[in-house]
Amino acid sequence: MSASELVIDVHGVTKKFGGRTVVNDIAMQVRHGEIYGFLGPNGSGKTTFLRMLCGLLKPDAGSGQCLGFDFRAQSSKIKKQVGYMTQRFSFYEDLTIEENLDFIARIYGVQQRKAAVEKSLERLGMTERRKQLAGELSGGWKQRLALSACLIHEPQLLLLDEPTAGVDPKARRDFWDEIQQLAGAGLTVLITTHYMDEAERCNRVAYISYGNLLASGTVEEVLKNSKLTTWEVTGGNLHELAEKIRGKLGVEQVVAFGSTLHVSGSDVEKLRASVSSLITGDHHWKKIQSGLEEVFISLMETAKDNYS
Amino acid sequence: MRFSWQRFCAIVAKEFIQMRRDRLTFAMMLGIPLMQLILFGYAINSDPKHLPTAVYSADNGTFSRTIVWAMRNSSYFDITREPQSEAEIQKLLAQGTVQFVVEIPVDFSRKLLRGEQPDLLLEADATDPMAIGYAVGAMNSLTPIVLNRDLTGPLAKLRASSAPFNLVLHQHYNPENITQYNIVPGLMGVILTMTMVIITALAITRERESGTMENLLSTPLRPVEVIIGKIVPYIMVGYMQIFLILVAAKFLFDVPMVGSVPLLLAVAFLFIVAHLAVGITFSTIARNQRQAMQMGMFFFLPNILLSGYMFPFRGMPGWAQDIGEILPLTHFLRVVRGILLKGNGFAEIAPDLWPIALFLVVMLAIGIKRYRQTLD
Repeated sequence: MSASELVIDVHGVTKKFGGRTVVNDIAMQVRHGEIYGFLGPNGSGKTTFLRMLCGLLKPDAGSGQCLGFDFRAQSSKIKKQVGYMTQRFSFYEDLTIEENLDFIARIYGVQQRKAAVEKSLERLGMTERRKQLAGELSGGWKQRLALSACLIHEPQLLLLDEPTAGVDPKARRDFWDEIQQLAGAGLTVLITTHYMDEAERCNRVAYISYGNLLASGTVEEVLKNSKLTTWEVTGGNLHELAEKIRGKLGVEQVVAFGSTLHVSGSDVEKLRASVSSLITGDHHWKKIQSGLEEVFISLMETAKDNYS
Repeated sequence: MRFSWQRFCAIVAKEFIQMRRDRLTFAMMLGIPLMQLILFGYAINSDPKHLPTAVYSADNGTFSRTIVWAMRNSSYFDITREPQSEAEIQKLLAQGTVQFVVEIPVDFSRKLLRGEQPDLLLEADATDPMAIGYAVGAMNSLTPIVLNRDLTGPLAKLRASSAPFNLVLHQHYNPENITQYNIVPGLMGVILTMTMVIITALAITRERESGTMENLLSTPLRPVEVIIGKIVPYIMVGYMQIFLILVAAKFLFDVPMVGSVPLLLAVAFLFIVAHLAVGITFSTIARNQRQAMQMGMFFFLPNILLSGYMFPFRGMPGWAQDIGEILPLTHFLRVVRGILLKGNGFAEIAPDLWPIALFLVVMLAIGIKRYRQTLD
């Protein structure tokens, strides 16, 4: 498989629950060996999309391939090469760490099972704790166990659904280091997240809101394609300024970052006019590159407008 | 993808580990049969004796004394009260202090001697017809016989004339009317019905509630592998229950085992699997464990009431019998009682086998069809 080959190449993917469209006509291309970040607010359809990719839900429309198989007709073949890590810990809390790993290895028909389980335990650093019940583990350790279990059958594609939700920063960083190592070794990773710093560690990102794909590409591309301008204001009474500036023509976001204020809007001229009219002498202001977060929040609010 | 023996074994092994860890449930599965056996086996008696009886005698003749003595000797009546007025009699009956009141009118003995056929009044608290049936029957047959002894010499002409024929009663299979012979084998079916349905229904809804089902569905596991893999460990639990009941039947209750126990065990297999299939079907409908439990109880009630376990099957109206005929328990009760008490062989029980088998096939088909491979 060459590096540019597409592991996931789907388009027109749609899913409806009742009359509500949860995933609307989404296309996605994920290249071999890349980490693809899938972002969006809660309930935007990320989990539904992942579930369709691994055959847990039947799409209402769409076509394409995943790992070279038709993603709608050959989901049983896809399942064998995918590791899917659910949002909620979904291994058996009344089984020990070792028993959980062994169970998953048996289900995937892993060759030399004992050795595979042993290897997995070693990588986890849980060789001594193998007899501990999974239910007794802390959040971070549960997440590591889940990742190891997803990897035990050496999948080609890893689907991770908010793997770092509720995990402390250190464990989060370790987790990402591991993901990056795996991607370096040729594994393709599709990961959903809410954290912007995590999005910046991805090769490519896609942003989805209310089931619609709003932006995709590398982080730089997403930032460049966004028409958002951001001004950074320092000094003076920023709280007072923030209250005044909010709701003025062309001002879409006013966010306080410690001792600075970020004011963003998609119309450059209107924004400049509004900001300059309120700025007094003791304020410094300069134009900065909009951050991913501002871009995404802007995208999300535009999408909301389109819907209402 | 075809059925994989390896994946099936993985599920079975996992179920056994979980069963071992969940000691309380496991203890309940063996504790429930024991408790029910001891409670029902020793407590239920459809031939109650020593019923409290009041005697109001206005006559002190020989004959009234003979009748009271004979009643006491029949062991159905215990003379506990001797009321002095009609009001007191009504009070005793209303309060439930006594089950029966015998009133012997004034001049009973004298009228009897004159051949006037005096009345003897037996008043019964008939709120529970089952409680008094046997006692009333005993009273009917006992009075003419006991008086015949006192009617000697010139009084012999007053003796009750005998019926023109002899009724010969031969009670087969349980000549002494021992209730336990009926209840204890029946309990085997009742206990299996209750526990088998509930544990499987819970086992699958638990996977869905805890989120592990999502994980299972994302693996190459097939529905058949999951369902059969979950059934097998519980079949063994079912057999452990049967073993417990058979041992108790033999050593605690002396229930006769005339027929072939291996044949009984073979039929039990059909019966157990039929109920596990019901449990699976319920689990595909129930959203959580509480609903699964409620559905189990909902299924259990008609079983216990309409199968002929509690009340005589032939005493029910036609439509109720039709419902009863659908339930596997109805047929299993006939099989168990047939094999243990009557010594029935395969030929005699065959008519009750196919309804159980049919029920099993239908339920399993529904269960497997409804068990979704996706989360839709």
